[in-house]
Amino acid sequence: MATKLKRMASSTRSSFITYGMVIVAYAVMEALLSGGLLTSSLKGMLVPICAYVVMAVSLNLTVGIMGELSLGHAGFMSVGAFTAVIAAAALGSTVAGPVRLAASMAVGGVAAGLVSLIVVVPVLRLQGDYLAIVTLAFGEIIKNIINCVYVGLDGAGIHFGMKDAAALGLEADGKMLLQGPMGAVGIPKLSTLTAGFILMMLTLAVVLNFVHSRSGRAVMALRDNRIAAESVGISPTRYKMMAFVTSAVLAGLAGGLYAMNFSSILAKKFDFNTSILILVFVVLGGMGNIRGSIIAAAALTVLPELLRQFADYRMLVYAIVLILVMLFTNNPACKALFARFKFGSSARKEAV
Amino acid sequence: MTILSNLISGISLGSIYAIIALGYTMVYGIAKMLNFAHGDVIMVGGYLCFCTTAYLGWSPLPAVLLAIVGCTVLGIVVERLAYKPLRSAPSLAVLITAIGVSYFLQNAALLLWGSDPKVFPTFFNFSGKSGVALFGGQLNITYVAMITVAACLVIMLVLTMFTGHTKMGKAMRAVSEDKGAAQLMGIDVNFTISMTFAIGSGLAAIAGVLLCSTYPTLMPTTGSMPGIKAFTAAVFGGIGSIPGALLGGLLLGVIEIFARAYVSTQLSDAIVFTVLILVLLVKPSGLLGRLVREKV
Repeated sequence: MATKLKRMASSTRSSFITYGMVIVAYAVMEALLSGGLLTSSLKGMLVPICAYVVMAVSLNLTVGIMGELSLGHAGFMSVGAFTAVIAAAALGSTVAGPVRLAASMAVGGVAAGLVSLIVVVPVLRLQGDYLAIVTLAFGEIIKNIINCVYVGLDGAGIHFGMKDAAALGLEADGKMLLQGPMGAVGIPKLSTLTAGFILMMLTLAVVLNFVHSRSGRAVMALRDNRIAAESVGISPTRYKMMAFVTSAVLAGLAGGLYAMNFSSILAKKFDFNTSILILVFVVLGGMGNIRGSIIAAAALTVLPELLRQFADYRMLVYAIVLILVMLFTNNPACKALFARFKFGSSARKEAV
Repeated sequence: MTILSNLISGISLGSIYAIIALGYTMVYGIAKMLNFAHGDVIMVGGYLCFCTTAYLGWSPLPAVLLAIVGCTVLGIVVERLAYKPLRSAPSLAVLITAIGVSYFLQNAALLLWGSDPKVFPTFFNFSGKSGVALFGGQLNITYVAMITVAACLVIMLVLTMFTGHTKMGKAMRAVSEDKGAAQLMGIDVNFTISMTFAIGSGLAAIAGVLLCSTYPTLMPTTGSMPGIKAFTAAVFGGIGSIPGALLGGLLLGVIEIFARAYVSTQLSDAIVFTVLILVLLVKPSGLLGRLVREKV
């Protein structure tokens, strides 16, 4: 076994460590859950952590692997969340819980993927900060539109409207699913830690395999030098679209998971600040580093909880921690120190 | 008449965006970083002005001056502590630091002043009236709107002259063009960048006072949405360009007010951003931006 592990390509070994980390974390959490050792606030955070991990990993595909700054990732999460909620209601409680969850999350993922096909047009034309602002704008547009949409369900099927609840003309037995600025209400609480774990593993499988595939290398070549990559016949349109749409679909799935952990949800939840939060996970974890994204997403979601003893000062401390981490990891003096450690480990690797 | 009145409030809102966008554009041009904390400096400026007038009973002019000085100092301190150590770091790292500073300012304001909205005092009331009525009262132009537009134009003129004709301004342009070459010519690059932050933050204080005079509620999150919109305006006009910031700001303000008045209040932001995306699709470097050709 040991020799087999050594002969493995280093990328494969690294992927297995990442999978292993998630599996161990899941096993520990399940054990703690069944032992009743978690506080109720931590228990409530398990599914959001899974959703944020998936968001961070999928954004890393855009920001780290493709090298384009996206400030509207929460927009895809939002599309996924609200379509999944509608799909779950349409399926009704006749379908068994896990199947209903999986099916509605899939609908959310597909919807986010379709929306991303519109957004991908500017993505292919623009670069750098101009692209960043377009993704930001897109996130805000999604938030605004969902704030105006009313959706209801009755015996005749699903009703859409942009005006108000009464304009839908629901039958007496109908119920509202989406109430404009009031958000989605009466969501069945289907998400579980296991569902989150499966989604995380699925995301990792998709992203890690993509990164280590021919397409993934093509995307990274485009990131490093677009002109050189094009000159050897790599089509920017095709590969960028592939990476961007994959990232959006995963975000949509995460949105579905996230929404069905709460009984009601607002479009405001998926605003610019959420997009930024996910970007912070990606940058803190290291761009292009999938394992880093997972750790950063989990740690930073739990951090405000751990800082509870600071009470009112908790977000202030969070901000200071964020600034200090950035200063320490990027300051030339500290970087030199880290580089020494890195050098040490790489030397050891070569010795093996 | 309503069209005219909407146009005026659009131009007035646009002028505020333009002043904020100037701060973004100058900092971006020189340090190549998106200063996300800029919107929160606006909020700090608003609070400083509010506190001195409401609690200490100062008259408006010294209060505004104090807000400008306070924000300028804040800008320099933030730059020195948070951005300067990262001068050679990748731009995304600086971006995250800026986001950290933004969170910090918002939460510090939350602790200092609480989350309940404060009502900003009205400064611009002359002889008991808040504006001038024209056409027999059909059109009312507020003094705030007039002063906002005037302030915007004056700032724009002064800045254009400053960057074009003073030694400091020329140094700024040189640094934004090529840092290394500027340093070889004897320009103190670090000092120039600090000065840019100082000017941008001072402008943010003015924008804060004007914004709070037009929409008189003050909260720790007051600055963030105008900040994002102004950033959008800067990109709209072509980031790095001073006339671009003016044009982008004005257009954004007018589109927003018209969308709010004639289409839908809730969808106004969506319309603004859709126009932005369409413009960028046709002209990827913004309205007045220079297109930098990529060299092999």
